[in-house]
Amino acid sequence: MSSAAAPSLRQRKKKRDWQKILLIVTFSVVPLLLLFLFTYYPFIKMIRFSFFDMSYTKNRGFVGLKNYAKIFSKDEYVGAMLLSLYYMAGAVVQLSLALFFATLLSSGMRGNGLFKGILFFPFLVNGIAIGYIFKFFYTRGFVLDTVLQSIGIPLEALPYWLRDQSVNNWSLVFTSVWKYCGQNMVLFIGAIASIDPTLYEAATIDGANKWQQFKAIILPGIKTVFMLNLILSITGSLSAFEPAYVVGSMGANGTATFFIKIHQMAHVNNKVGMACAMAMVLMFLILIFTVAQRLFFRYVMKDSENTFNGKANKAKALW
Amino acid sequence: MTTIRNTSDSLRQNQTAVVKKTVLRALSYLAVILACFIALLPVVSAFTVSFKTAEEYGTTNAMALPRSFLNLENYRQVWEGNQPSQSLLRAFATSGLVVIIVVSVSVMMGSMLGYVLNRFRFPGNGLIRNLFLIATLIPGIAMQVTTYQIMTDMKLVNTLHGYIILMSGTDVISIYIFLQFFENLDTALDESAVLEGCTYFGVFFRILLPLTRPAIVTVAVLKGVGVYNEYYNANLYLNSGKFYTVSTALYSFSGPYKSQFNIICAGVLLTLLPPLILFLFFQKQVYAGLASGSVKG
Repeated sequence: MSSAAAPSLRQRKKKRDWQKILLIVTFSVVPLLLLFLFTYYPFIKMIRFSFFDMSYTKNRGFVGLKNYAKIFSKDEYVGAMLLSLYYMAGAVVQLSLALFFATLLSSGMRGNGLFKGILFFPFLVNGIAIGYIFKFFYTRGFVLDTVLQSIGIPLEALPYWLRDQSVNNWSLVFTSVWKYCGQNMVLFIGAIASIDPTLYEAATIDGANKWQQFKAIILPGIKTVFMLNLILSITGSLSAFEPAYVVGSMGANGTATFFIKIHQMAHVNNKVGMACAMAMVLMFLILIFTVAQRLFFRYVMKDSENTFNGKANKAKALW
Repeated sequence: MTTIRNTSDSLRQNQTAVVKKTVLRALSYLAVILACFIALLPVVSAFTVSFKTAEEYGTTNAMALPRSFLNLENYRQVWEGNQPSQSLLRAFATSGLVVIIVVSVSVMMGSMLGYVLNRFRFPGNGLIRNLFLIATLIPGIAMQVTTYQIMTDMKLVNTLHGYIILMSGTDVISIYIFLQFFENLDTALDESAVLEGCTYFGVFFRILLPLTRPAIVTVAVLKGVGVYNEYYNANLYLNSGKFYTVSTALYSFSGPYKSQFNIICAGVLLTLLPPLILFLFFQKQVYAGLASGSVKG
């Protein structure tokens, strides 16, 4: 009996091995192909092009590090890079506000679901729509000016929000805070909800006030999410372009961020080599921040958890 | 004596504590309501102006209420468009098509790769994971210059399928969401199914895929809203005037309607509706998806 069953079992095993290979190949070939086509291939090309003086159609030869030198020698580009400081400042304000409202809404307010939804809502608004909404909002004598006049500030005292170079970058940063604050808040609310509720009870019994509870329970409980979002917003500030692109009419009046300069260099001036070198610089800046973040999580917070390589590799695959 | 004083003291303390608490509560509500006001004000003002006639728009204050909220003329105009190709109706159809295809492709790719990486041991499993992980480190936005060239070489610029392929391409989040989902899905189901003679393909399509519904909804909502709102690539890769997505159609309004915000805002409001409705129905999944998408680490 057993000798008769053995070959068929082996056969079945072999058949299954083939099936496994077939499945692995068919299920992963398309995502991998797309990954190479839209990530690794353009990445390698970008590195190469950054050393050439070239346009989309013509290559005028190898120039070494000349493109890079040009970026750092021109105030125009360095200034555009420095614009990201506005967005970083905005990111800090945005995260503080998000944390503040997340804490408030987690403290058992009535209607917190509705408030949460309203504050989150701007995140869903189309970028171009945001552009129009805020152009209307900031136009001389329109929405913002009307509101400010109604609380007693004369129109003459108000600047042109999008034209006046002393305020226009702040105006644009505000649109970004407006869009993303609620999203950050939702993430913080989620993190706060995962804190063990008995901790609050214990703290209340011990006589801790709200501020002490915030410092001792909420802050440590959400530090991972908070740090992650802080660093994501800072790297996001480096590549900020949406507000300036759509609200600021493609970076008019000194609002062109570094990314907008890259875009113009490539698609308006048709200097692909130079644009690639600028993109490389942008990438290095982002990479520095990202690597710092990972090191920070691994060695300072000691609580990095990673589905892609950490946790998952430990879990044994089934077949 | 002392006990009486103590109790009256504590009573007073209690009273001040209650007063303090009420004041704090009131201030909290005030702060939240103010924040909601700021969150809504820009959109609400766009809403009110969208019902104004050109004459009203020119003569009344931007914040003044329109004469009638039943004046849908501006909505009709953007719905039909300046020229047929720019009508929002067509743009909605185009965007709808793009969203449906991209979401389906993302769900299929994400779930399939998640299944392979989580359930099968094979040489290269770790490598594939790392390739996707490293890809998250490279900011896609930095590579748009060379991506444009590659798209040009493949003759995919100004074609709808080119834009769809590009939008389906670099998507680590949905793979991640499925990978995470499979990790928390018991393997006992797979095992018993295979013992009963089910193929690995059968396990995926007949048993696991139906179970991943929550992950599918999360990916669909997140990806759907993202693709629907996308404008940078749409503007770059669909600029021949033949195809308009909702974003680029909206963008094209700045030409003919220049600063007629009463008309433009009607378009803005219409484009806002689909994600808003989706959000109202799938609030929980949106919030959950956000959380799993952001802790990608």
